[in-house]
Amino acid sequence: MSEPLLSIKGVSAFYGSIAALKGIDVDVMPGEIVTIIGANGAGKSTLMMTICGNPQAREGRVIFEGRDITHLPTHEIMRMKIAQSPEGRRIFPRMTVYENLQMGAATAEGGDFGSDLARVYSLFPILEKRSSQRGGTLSGGEQQMLAIGRALMSRPRLLLLDEPSLGLAPLIVRQIFSAIRDLNQREKLTIFLVEQNAFHALKLAHRGYVMVNGRIALQGTGRELLERPEVRSAYLEGGR
Amino acid sequence: MSATRTGNASVLSHALKDALIAAIVAFGLFMLLLGFLTDDSRGPLRLLSRPVLLATTVGIVFVGRFLISLLYYNAAALRYYLGELWTAICNFAREFKIALLVVLLLIGGGWIFFSPKDWPLILITVATILIGVRFGFSAALLVFAALFPVAFYNNPYFLGIAIIILTYVMLGWGLNIVVGLAGLLDLGYVAFYAVGAYSYAIIAQAYGWSFWVCLPLAGLFAAFFGILLGFPVLRLRGDYLAIVTLAFGEIVRIVLLNWVSFTNGPNGIGSIPRASFFGIPFNATDEGFAAKFGLEFDPTHRTVFLFYVILALALITNWVTIRLRKLPVGRAWEALREDEIAVRSLGINPTNTKLTAFAIGAMFGGFAGAFFATRQGFISPDSFTFPESALILAIVVLGGMGSQIGVAIAATVMTASFELFREFEQFRLVIFGFAMVGIMVWRPRGLVSTREPTAYLKERKTISVEHVAEGRG
Repeated sequence: MSEPLLSIKGVSAFYGSIAALKGIDVDVMPGEIVTIIGANGAGKSTLMMTICGNPQAREGRVIFEGRDITHLPTHEIMRMKIAQSPEGRRIFPRMTVYENLQMGAATAEGGDFGSDLARVYSLFPILEKRSSQRGGTLSGGEQQMLAIGRALMSRPRLLLLDEPSLGLAPLIVRQIFSAIRDLNQREKLTIFLVEQNAFHALKLAHRGYVMVNGRIALQGTGRELLERPEVRSAYLEGGR
Repeated sequence: MSATRTGNASVLSHALKDALIAAIVAFGLFMLLLGFLTDDSRGPLRLLSRPVLLATTVGIVFVGRFLISLLYYNAAALRYYLGELWTAICNFAREFKIALLVVLLLIGGGWIFFSPKDWPLILITVATILIGVRFGFSAALLVFAALFPVAFYNNPYFLGIAIIILTYVMLGWGLNIVVGLAGLLDLGYVAFYAVGAYSYAIIAQAYGWSFWVCLPLAGLFAAFFGILLGFPVLRLRGDYLAIVTLAFGEIVRIVLLNWVSFTNGPNGIGSIPRASFFGIPFNATDEGFAAKFGLEFDPTHRTVFLFYVILALALITNWVTIRLRKLPVGRAWEALREDEIAVRSLGINPTNTKLTAFAIGAMFGGFAGAFFATRQGFISPDSFTFPESALILAIVVLGGMGSQIGVAIAATVMTASFELFREFEQFRLVIFGFAMVGIMVWRPRGLVSTREPTAYLKERKTISVEHVAEGRG
């Protein structure tokens, strides 16, 4: 097997004295979609944030493209071939869609802005229609598309998505997940997905991890996890 | 908008009814308070009635209430009709361009014919209107500013006020970079103004260098102080940042006050070298400006020169800001104002972004300070107190954070009204306060609240920020 693109080795992270991550091991291979599912407060978003260096891991290492990024400041990590669509989207509400996408390209090196823009617009055609509209006036789904589009503008090898389905209508969720699948299949983009919507996430992902209380409780391929009775009862059937 | 139109009659009757009720209540309240007066100054106690005062008061309440309910509660309707009117005027101007030109020239010509002395005033009016119709409001304002000394050459008082206004416009634009664009609330901006002024005064006196050499140095020193302030406050935002910047402003003032050997303390620095016309001084000697250019000596020459210097400095500030907004650093400022975490997640270093905002904003404050020092010829720490910072901040906030033209209008209105109400002395601040409250009620995002996007894909189309959630911008 080839080198993992992103490798998280025994990572522990703390908020003050409270441990949020307790020795996490996760590997993401090039070209994969890997998902982390789990309940509220399990540490999914903290894991995502730790990859980005905020908070930094107190123990263990985060390795990206063979380079130890554990103790780099956030903006330097994000300047590598990593891009993130953060939790709660965090687009710039008073700037236009177009300007938001320009901001995404702020660290793109040697890229062609025009072709990057065309790529995002072909993935999410609605953004082109909205291009001179302010980010804050978009609907939730459009904002999520913008957040993903903005992340793609820096031409990442690894795309981190933090709960892209949060607060969206089922139809929009399906649209966004199909766009993620497209990105992965057509462009071989590696995607690391943190989700509460376990069913969609596991159906989409090649491999998945289940987090409980800051630890990895289960792992396997997406299909395997979907069929595991404990996953089904805890995350899929709503306690039935 | 048809709903507004049909609802207009009911709006009117509603406002009338509202005003009537208010008037009745006022009558009941004031009948005994104002309507009657007991008087014992001349002989026995008498009961005087004052129907005129009572009627006036009730009348004021009626009209006031009527206007409030008509204007405020139906702001949409009012705005609609004002918009219609403006569009009609613009359409008319566009349709009858030649006619308008002829009419203007006729009026102007007639005016000159009857009072030839007024020609500069007529020139400025006609030119401003023509440019305004053709190129828009900003261009008209620019032409007006450029022609101002021509029109008001014989009125040094007006020229003096115009110079003060332009100084505040420049300070407003400088602070706008920090507060309006980067979203860093700075309550100590006057510190950079002071650093610029003192740098100029001390360097010019100690080395005898000319204004044009000292000006960039003053800007550099101020920028350096901007970075100095920037470092400790990098982690702070909002209220905390405001408190530290407030303290910074005070520290600078107190140092200036107490470092007597360097700054001459509370006595200030006097006889600061005046600005010269690129080496030629403005005085009555044979080497002076007037003699060299074969003119009769007139102290207004210097005033006019200073006017153009500050106009140029302000325009440079504006131009640099507009350019920077289109560059990655300027866009990063705006993004930083919107969402710092998102900025970091895009690989932008927020530290550098904040420091550049502080440094560049401070630099323009320093330029303005150097200009202030050379204009006044005397500076002391009294000129750099907190109310000054508050005034500049008020200009930026009232102008609509981030809007260049809004800041210019706000600076003009505030500074000019300060002069206008000079007669009322103690009431000045009251009027000022009312104006602030009024603007915050009617235009909570400042006078000009639309943010112009810096880049377009196909067409210029802006959607007002009013549609964007409050508190996030």
